[in-house]
Amino acid sequence: MVGLVVVSHSQTAADGIAEVAGEMGGETRIVSVGGDGQGGFGTVADDIEAAIDAADAGDGVVVLVDLGSAVMNAEVAIEMSDTEAVVADAPVLEGAVNAAVAATSGKATVESVRDQAEAARGIEKL
Amino acid sequence: MSDAGEAVVAAVRAVAERLERERRHLTDLDSAIGDADHGGNMARGWAAAAEAVADVDDPDPATVVETTGKTLLSEVGGASGPLYGGSLVFASPELEDGITAETAVAFAETYLEKVQDRGDARVGDKTMVDALVPAVHTFKKSVEVDDMEPVAALAKAVAATQRGVEFTVPIRASKGRASYLGWRSVGHQDPGATSTLFIMEELLDVATEHAEASGDLPDHAESPTIPDGEVTED
Repeated sequence: MVGLVVVSHSQTAADGIAEVAGEMGGETRIVSVGGDGQGGFGTVADDIEAAIDAADAGDGVVVLVDLGSAVMNAEVAIEMSDTEAVVADAPVLEGAVNAAVAATSGKATVESVRDQAEAARGIEKL
Repeated sequence: MSDAGEAVVAAVRAVAERLERERRHLTDLDSAIGDADHGGNMARGWAAAAEAVADVDDPDPATVVETTGKTLLSEVGGASGPLYGGSLVFASPELEDGITAETAVAFAETYLEKVQDRGDARVGDKTMVDALVPAVHTFKKSVEVDDMEPVAALAKAVAATQRGVEFTVPIRASKGRASYLGWRSVGHQDPGATSTLFIMEELLDVATEHAEASGDLPDHAESPTIPDGEVTED
């Protein structure tokens, strides 16, 4: 099963997004990570790497990110980690929900889950 | 124990002390157009790096630089971790054969390449790249074309970095947190370009001291911080 990691500058935001996505995600592992490790806002590559390893159930991980440094630190974390993982170029909340649903498919792969997350870029609300 | 390794340890310590002194200054710059964490992140990260490199046994330049980068990656909660730290780790193997004019140019170019690749930023985006590109290009040209000594070339590179920092003031940000402000970012100096200048200035200071101590600073290498073609009149 493909796992998910939600990265935000705020641990609270990451937790909340993971909860929303989890409603649709069945047994999918969704790990949330955020903050600068000192109680402030930010992202830390080492923490994201640990989250990726925790989310992996053997079939790889798709990483959802919010702003700027979350993207860069996720890329660094993926380079450091032995787990197969990719960053989805998608809005973090809608992408996480799409990815959670996609991950419940028996045929899900890292690529198919990332593609579904990225399909969230086109979601219209009005 | 390598003299060059000791010099790099001293440089990391000098950068840490400088960034601690500039903590408020960088935070003020970042408050204007960013998220007000640059001063704290840089001061904390480099202080941790200075501690980490002090514990390296028999330090050589590549190991000290790699240790610095890894510490920044784990200590700095923001873009500065991957940009400064990740790029130092990536470029550190260029110094495995020690520090010469040739390896220093290779290191600078690899570092710049990684910063640009990771941040997807180009000159004119109002980022540290605006300071780094003139710094690296001037250093390379001074060494390879003008045949300058490395310390003299570094002094010219610092002057070019300063001009790059000034260039960030009147332009609009298109990368980084400041880009969210659009036109409101105009008129503010970029914090990342500024901290890059502080680091370059400390590298120059330590390199100058190191060259003087080892007696390999030639007479003509008196910090030519005035670029060619410009004349000062007092």
